Amino acid sequence: MSPETANLEEIVAQVPPARGVVEPLPPVNAEGEQLLEISMGPHHPSTHGVFRMNVVLEGEQVVRLKPVFGYLHRNHEKIAENAAYLAAIPYTDRLDYLCSMTNNWGYALAVEKLAGIGVPERAEYIRVIVAELTRLQNHASLIGFLMQDMGMSGTPLMYAFREREKILDLFESLSGARMMCNYMRFGGVRVDTSAEWLRQVRELNGEFPRFLDEFESLLAGNEILMGRAQGVGVLSPELAVSSGASGPMLRASGVNYDVRKVDGYGVYDRFSFRVPLGDHGDVYDRYMMRVLEMRESVKILEQAVRDIPAGPIMDPKARLRGLRPKAGEAYGRIESPKGELGFYLISDGTGNPYRYRVRPPSLINLTVLEDMCLGRGVADVVVILGSVDIVLGEVDR
Amino acid sequence: MLGIGIIQGLVETARNFFGSYTSKQRLTTVQFPDERLIQPEAARVFPFLVYDTDDWEKGLRCVACKICEVECPPQCISITKSADKKPDYSGIYSGKPQFYPEKFDIDVSVCMSCQICVEVCPFEAIKMDNAFELSTDDRFGGLMWDKQRLAMPNSHYQAIHPTDAAESDAALAEKKAKAEAKPAAAAAAAPAKPAPEKAGAATER
Repeated sequence: MSPETANLEEIVAQVPPARGVVEPLPPVNAEGEQLLEISMGPHHPSTHGVFRMNVVLEGEQVVRLKPVFGYLHRNHEKIAENAAYLAAIPYTDRLDYLCSMTNNWGYALAVEKLAGIGVPERAEYIRVIVAELTRLQNHASLIGFLMQDMGMSGTPLMYAFREREKILDLFESLSGARMMCNYMRFGGVRVDTSAEWLRQVRELNGEFPRFLDEFESLLAGNEILMGRAQGVGVLSPELAVSSGASGPMLRASGVNYDVRKVDGYGVYDRFSFRVPLGDHGDVYDRYMMRVLEMRESVKILEQAVRDIPAGPIMDPKARLRGLRPKAGEAYGRIESPKGELGFYLISDGTGNPYRYRVRPPSLINLTVLEDMCLGRGVADVVVILGSVDIVLGEVDR
Repeated sequence: MLGIGIIQGLVETARNFFGSYTSKQRLTTVQFPDERLIQPEAARVFPFLVYDTDDWEKGLRCVACKICEVECPPQCISITKSADKKPDYSGIYSGKPQFYPEKFDIDVSVCMSCQICVEVCPFEAIKMDNAFELSTDDRFGGLMWDKQRLAMPNSHYQAIHPTDAAESDAALAEKKAKAEAKPAAAAAAAPAKPAPEKAGAATER
């Protein structure tokens, strides 16, 4: 038992067995009175896209909540099954459109496992740098959105976007696009970073803690935020594990599980960083988790920019066009800012995958939404949904 | 005391508000149509076809090999290969006549600016432009760009992506030098080969 997963296995032992199929209940309470059913979304500003919740209320309290997905379904998996391996990369950008770099990495990792392609040192370091920059901008904007949901109209979101913009500028000067980067390739990355770009990353990284301090003095001690977030939407560690939740949401419940530590994919085993853990599993812990993870990302970036070696950025054996991996299957997973992002590929030896499956962290984290919302008011549903950190492009695919 | 956190937050907001009058870092808004940010060199929007010399039709580098049409993820490129060959007008194919695209259409309403066509092109013939204000009131014809609309001179490419263009020009020059060296080497090798035979024949005699 490794020290990273010690805590996890203890919790797994306590997980109760599955309940089986649950029949939907009629919209009446125990006394036979009609309950109020409301449909939140799909065009509700708090749902971060097109997502609907069928909420059943008794008075002000939520007694049932049924999430309805699929409004943004784009047939991503079947498109990728009918295209060459290379052609799926720009589509992965559009899964979680805030974090295209980490999506690229997850897919590239799966193809590299499937076809047995290696990655040069320098490319691994560049991947770590862009992935951690992605984590910074995702968490910063998530906190902004969460505060917007709580009614802090504008200020935190604008401050977060000001910082995010600097990171997107870096992405644009590297890959040519701010959000749809299409940067990683199996066997490396597409273009090399210049010394000037690395200097800009170092400069941004040096300034970022100042922004985090500002953000913390703006928000962390705010009594209204505490009142809205503490004790709201509590997710127990047992439920978090048995539902398959991952990422900051799982760690906010106190489960020590980070794919960067457990798998050590890429070169993450070379950096020293800590995995922050929450105590209560409520919205406030999930918010603090993002703040603390940003501080750890800053540390990783510092080490990666310092240690990056010179060398090639593409494996010489890697072929972009006409890649035909041997028949077999592979699962590549990474710790994306939202949780464990996995790509599962089956090859039958032809030029396109026989089966292509995405394990989207947002969708699986959403499945426990009802359990977190029961007994709370409608206004809390909005805040709890905001703290899950969903992007509908990834939920519906 | 209750309220300290709120006051602390308001102090931060006030610092940002007043700071925006003095500090450039806190004043980030760009008044877009009047002020413009400089696009980074890597910026990409939609593809264009490169031509050499001053005649867009004769100088097009594209040889209608259809690799980009096959590899394009959203399938927005449509090419018809010519029946005849055109002369190598710009001299990058070492004088050999080449096929050319009779029709080369890109539906930019479908294009997702992924740059894969540029990566797979073996002839340096298609590159990414950085022009972005492309709205049109013609939904159908205005968004289906034909080869005349797509053709841009190599000097345009050199102007918008100087680093990449230098690499591309160098790669073409190297290819050309190799192609020119080949017939020269073959010409050098051809008379050299019979010579030992003759010499051998001479010794036999």
